[in-house]
Amino acid sequence: MVWLKRNLFRSPTDGIVTLVAGSLAIYLIYQAAQFVFVTGRWEIIEVNLKLLLVGRFPEEQMWVLGASVLAIAFWAGLVARSLRRQAPAKQKPLRVFSELAGRFGLVFLLAVLLILLSGDPSNWLLAGGVIAAILLGRVVGSVRERVGLLRRLPRQLWVLPWTLLPLGFIYYTLSLSALEEWGGFLINFYIAILAIALCFPLGVLLALGRRSSFPIVRLITTTYIELIRGAPLFVLLLLAGVALEFFVPPDLAPDQIFRAVTVFTLFTAAYLAEIVRGGLQSIPKGQTEAGKALGLSTLKVTFLITLPQALRNVIPAQIGQFISLFKDTTLAGAALSVLEILNIGTAITKQDDFLGQGLIYESLAFVGFLFWVGSYVMSRESQRLEKRLGVGLR
Amino acid sequence: MTSSLPGVSQKVPIWRDIRALRWAFQILILVVVGALVYWLYNNYQVNVSRSNIPTNLKFLDNPASFTIPGNDFDQSQPVRVAFVEGFLNTLRVAFVGILMATVLGTLVGIARLAKNFLVRTLAAAYVEIVRNLPLLVLLTFMNLAVVLQTFPRIEEAWTPFDVMVISNRGIAVPWFLGSGLNLAAVIALALVLAMLVRFLRIRSSDKTGKPSRDMLFATVTFVLVIAIAWLALGYSLELPFVEGRGTTGGLRLDPSFFALLVALVIYTSSHIAEIVRGSILAVPKGQGEAADALALSGYQKMRIVILPQAFRVAMPALGNQYLNLIKNSSLGATISYFELTQIAQITVGNGSPAVPAFTLTLLVYLAISLVTSLVVNFFNRRLALVER
Repeated sequence: MVWLKRNLFRSPTDGIVTLVAGSLAIYLIYQAAQFVFVTGRWEIIEVNLKLLLVGRFPEEQMWVLGASVLAIAFWAGLVARSLRRQAPAKQKPLRVFSELAGRFGLVFLLAVLLILLSGDPSNWLLAGGVIAAILLGRVVGSVRERVGLLRRLPRQLWVLPWTLLPLGFIYYTLSLSALEEWGGFLINFYIAILAIALCFPLGVLLALGRRSSFPIVRLITTTYIELIRGAPLFVLLLLAGVALEFFVPPDLAPDQIFRAVTVFTLFTAAYLAEIVRGGLQSIPKGQTEAGKALGLSTLKVTFLITLPQALRNVIPAQIGQFISLFKDTTLAGAALSVLEILNIGTAITKQDDFLGQGLIYESLAFVGFLFWVGSYVMSRESQRLEKRLGVGLR
Repeated sequence: MTSSLPGVSQKVPIWRDIRALRWAFQILILVVVGALVYWLYNNYQVNVSRSNIPTNLKFLDNPASFTIPGNDFDQSQPVRVAFVEGFLNTLRVAFVGILMATVLGTLVGIARLAKNFLVRTLAAAYVEIVRNLPLLVLLTFMNLAVVLQTFPRIEEAWTPFDVMVISNRGIAVPWFLGSGLNLAAVIALALVLAMLVRFLRIRSSDKTGKPSRDMLFATVTFVLVIAIAWLALGYSLELPFVEGRGTTGGLRLDPSFFALLVALVIYTSSHIAEIVRGSILAVPKGQGEAADALALSGYQKMRIVILPQAFRVAMPALGNQYLNLIKNSSLGATISYFELTQIAQITVGNGSPAVPAFTLTLLVYLAISLVTSLVVNFFNRRLALVER
């Protein structure tokens, strides 16, 4: 009662506002619920689920894809466990469960939804496998702390060789099927992850170049960063779509997916450079001076002292940039006709079975929900990471 | 000083001289980058000359051979004119979009900090839902689902309160009759007079100590001037109505313009809301408490004390969002809104050389961005706290 009075009915005006906002909220929730459970015709998603998720990926090689997912889940569990600094305080199981539900409940919900939509019970097995793989990864990850010899190994060195496992699976998948057969959400993921991995070193180098004491290097990097930041991504993609082959020898003529990755990499690197530069500027001068006083070379001061702190300080901004890269992969469909999920999502409403029935709502709701869960969970995790690393507290 | 030390030679050899090494390193970088650029340029020249594609801007004089909906642009006019029209369309959607996104974003940002639980939660839900969706999904939704599928055909157009006509051929809104230039002059005059009145009120208030009520006086002046001019010059508002298979009267907004505008405003306002929220939180708590101690009303506290200080913090981030909105307006090309990118895309599709056409487009966007950031920086400097 007190809560009600304090939060909803402070004054007469407040009460009116509450009533208006409340009826609006009830109306919106009612409409959404009716669309999801009553009027929505989800056959279009059920029929095209595979197309939306993996495109025309060959059926007989789907098991490799499943194995790759398991390998990635194993690796993720291992990294999460290995990078943990100290054991968390013992908590009641209920508390732990509710925390996990808050963090990964949405992903779980999405997985259940996808399995139900696929109508194939064997996918429950895959879901169970993913959970088992994560747990196994955690167990293997804890080995480092248990075995005395391994404990001397730096965390990064311990994690690195394990990365080869998912990478190997991904490479094997790529070698089995042509990239043109990939499609749907898989291609959004592929483009985003490749571009993130490639743009990161480039962005850091550009940031260091812009902060360096060499005038020529500064001029070159600043020109590049400002030119890219002044250009719309969509126009760059269009340009790459019709003109990239003019700038490389003819025998290198790249395919559309490669073009998309190139543009996303070059584009995001410029934005990342500005973020990292901001991080570098936030490091107090005393840090550099202390490094110099210890007799470290400029290179060592940068890579051992300033850069690690700078990168840690701007983790949320970096992840925000990667999230927007992930969302922007939809542009590859519009500009380069890559068969990514949004492209397929609008195309399936024009299939013979569904033409002219107005199913664009269902299709876009599904596509939007996938992106929404991905971005939302990522941004939540970045906030958690920020808190755990104690940004702004040290 | 080195010369005074024993056992150290007077002259540092050139391969150990730090200045020489620094320049050598920079020249090396310059050579590498130069070689890369030259390689790309050379490839371009070779490939282009092999397939006989022109590399200059002569294509701008060719006839466009396409029309622009909602415009009296003729297909025999040169491509140059089409680019100008596209440029104007980009500016149109960007200008209206920036205004609307700022207002909506500020309101939602304030609502996120409201004491009322429901208002707070609704605003938070709006921001979290929109911010995590790709803009292109929003845009496709507005275009395919809302405008093309949900809006009725013109025969069954919705006419809320008989002042608007909403159909899948566009939205018609009331608009004034008469010359636009005249009206702009009247508005400018009203603004100047309002500023003058406000200035006088503030000066007299400073002298006498009585409340200035400057905004009240300024608003009344503004409205009065507009009203007098409206009656004197014989303006009148014209309502749109359905006629045959179209609308007459009022101002007709293209369906693609409407879809692009709404998508951009919704998307950008969710980002602006977060910026506004953060900036309000960045205003020291004592400021709000001081306003309460002076018995200012909630509205006065926001407008006079909190928001001016919050916008000082928010200005650079807001400027970034404005730039993003302008660049994102290029997505209009995916729903056939005839802005700059769409014009370039069609021109290239009609056989104009791609590299010059798109480079021209990129340069225009770069110019718009530079001008916008100059304006934002100007305001930023005006607002910035002058310290010592």
